[in-house]
Amino acid sequence: MKLRLLKRICKSKTSLAGLILVSLFVLVALFAPVLAPVQNANNPYQLPQTSYQIEPQGPSSQHWLGTTEQQYDLYYGVVWGARLAFKIGITVTLLAFLVGLLIGGVAAYFGGKVDEVLMRMTDVVFAVPSLVLAMVIAAMLGPDIKNMMIALTAVAWPSYARLVRGDILSVKERGFVTAARTLGASGGRIFWRHIVPNSIYPSVVVASLDIGYVVLTAASLSFLGLGAQPGTADWGQLIAMARNWVLGAPGHPLAYWYTVVVPGGAIFLFVLGWNLLGDAFRDILDPRQG
Amino acid sequence: MTRYILRRLCLLPLVILGVTFLLFFLTQRLSPEMRASLYVKDPRQMNALEEVIRQYGLRDNVFKQYGRWLKNAVHGDLGYSPSANMPVAQALKQYLPATIQLAVLTMILVVFFGVWFGAASAVHKDRWQDIVARFISVGGFSLPIFVLGLLLLMVFYGQLHWFAPGGYSIQTDIIIHGAGFKTYTGFLLIDSLLNGQWRVFGDVLSHLVLPAMTLCIGSFALMVRVMRSSMLEELNKDYVRTARAKGLSKYQIIYKHAGKNAIIPVITLAGIQFIRLLGGTVIVETIFDYPGIGRFGVLAAQQLDIAGIMGFSFLVAVLFVVGNLLSDILYTAVDPRIRLE
Repeated sequence: MKLRLLKRICKSKTSLAGLILVSLFVLVALFAPVLAPVQNANNPYQLPQTSYQIEPQGPSSQHWLGTTEQQYDLYYGVVWGARLAFKIGITVTLLAFLVGLLIGGVAAYFGGKVDEVLMRMTDVVFAVPSLVLAMVIAAMLGPDIKNMMIALTAVAWPSYARLVRGDILSVKERGFVTAARTLGASGGRIFWRHIVPNSIYPSVVVASLDIGYVVLTAASLSFLGLGAQPGTADWGQLIAMARNWVLGAPGHPLAYWYTVVVPGGAIFLFVLGWNLLGDAFRDILDPRQG
Repeated sequence: MTRYILRRLCLLPLVILGVTFLLFFLTQRLSPEMRASLYVKDPRQMNALEEVIRQYGLRDNVFKQYGRWLKNAVHGDLGYSPSANMPVAQALKQYLPATIQLAVLTMILVVFFGVWFGAASAVHKDRWQDIVARFISVGGFSLPIFVLGLLLLMVFYGQLHWFAPGGYSIQTDIIIHGAGFKTYTGFLLIDSLLNGQWRVFGDVLSHLVLPAMTLCIGSFALMVRVMRSSMLEELNKDYVRTARAKGLSKYQIIYKHAGKNAIIPVITLAGIQFIRLLGGTVIVETIFDYPGIGRFGVLAAQQLDIAGIMGFSFLVAVLFVVGNLLSDILYTAVDPRIRLE
């Protein structure tokens, strides 16, 4: 099954490109301590700073990708930013999926009033664009990475709850559930041992492909100053610092191009990889296509 | 169908109450002193904090405070926003037209270029036009708005000096706040024409170009995709073969026959995307310092201006929920195969 999936992905050039991009970022994230040795052992996500000079410096032998405002090293930021991106993406998706699973599962299993109330709760979260809601929640909780992850989880769970609910509703009526019930299995056992394992796989795939989107939203929050703080190896935060330098120096309008292009390129390739992979999976999951 | 719409309409106020209460509940995380200090400008007035807290009842329980906010909101009083330095209701009224202007222009760009690129991509399937269009549609989906915005700012403002950030230039500012300029609609593009001020119109429009280009990228990528597949489907239909057999020119077949039918799903999609732009305006308006409600919301969130945050979220929720309902109805009106339950 897994081998067949891999074969189908490799057949299309675009999905293969997606797979390669994502794998590359996984490698960078895994080997971050090798690629860019940690400078501050207490907090590896703290960007090293060689001096406090404000003006960004172009790529050199010392700083391969240049430095941004206040001499934060961009290479270090891109490498450890990859690790932070996975950390944020995986944590948020996992948490949101678990919350969605619990709420969607309870709604589908009990039905009736419980279902109605829980689904109206998802409506409330859907009533505002997710970026706007995440922005407001992050602001109230106070800007740091942990609170940003809470805000992102808070806006992400309802879509999984709806997805899981639909899947469970269709599985609930199947023969093996009735069989388990006639054999005298308890409600909890039926739910966790019979219904959940048979219904969540499509949602798990959808959720895991959302990692790219979660990282994009996280970067947007950091860009607005409502996520990672200055000096963190976070792509959105690095782009936020570049804002002051987009106009370049007098006579050299594009002098500081690397402050935008380096972190911007990293996040673009990251999201692109996930999107390409996501397209491939959607084609595979869609039974109408051969 | 009618039942569905009625049900949604009944749920609508409930959903908006829910979202505003949720946010109001979150504001309680800030201590009464912090919330009161927003309205104290001078450090010497800090000992008046207790008075502010008492006056606005900031120590009451959350339901009582929310009830008070709601009662005032119904009467059109959303409180005073320190970040915008004016009453929230006035700020929203002033900034909303600018955002709508931006969204409308963006949608025009999205539909025009989306249809053009999508149709070209379908007509020249697997040739370079197609490859370029598909590349853009995949890339545009993944390029973050804030990266594109900064790159455009770098090139078109820094390098070429074609466009500037902000909502309008200083000269325009003087004209529109002068005595001779009458405000009819609040939309500067329309008001400037009604006042016969062509220079103002051009100036406002030129300040809209970069934000609109940035904002359109995601929807544009989607539009190219939809137009391409829709056009490909139409081009394979029998009536196109008939038209070709009759000896019609390629132009007539593509634009008069297939194009007209292929455009239907695109227009529907445009209606739906229009409301989705609201999220993106938050970032675009911040990058270009464009005076719309998105920037107002970000400033309020950054400065923990609670009245501003609440007013902004309230307006966005109303627009978003109503817009989503309308686009659902539009969807069924265009495609009778879709039934709303």
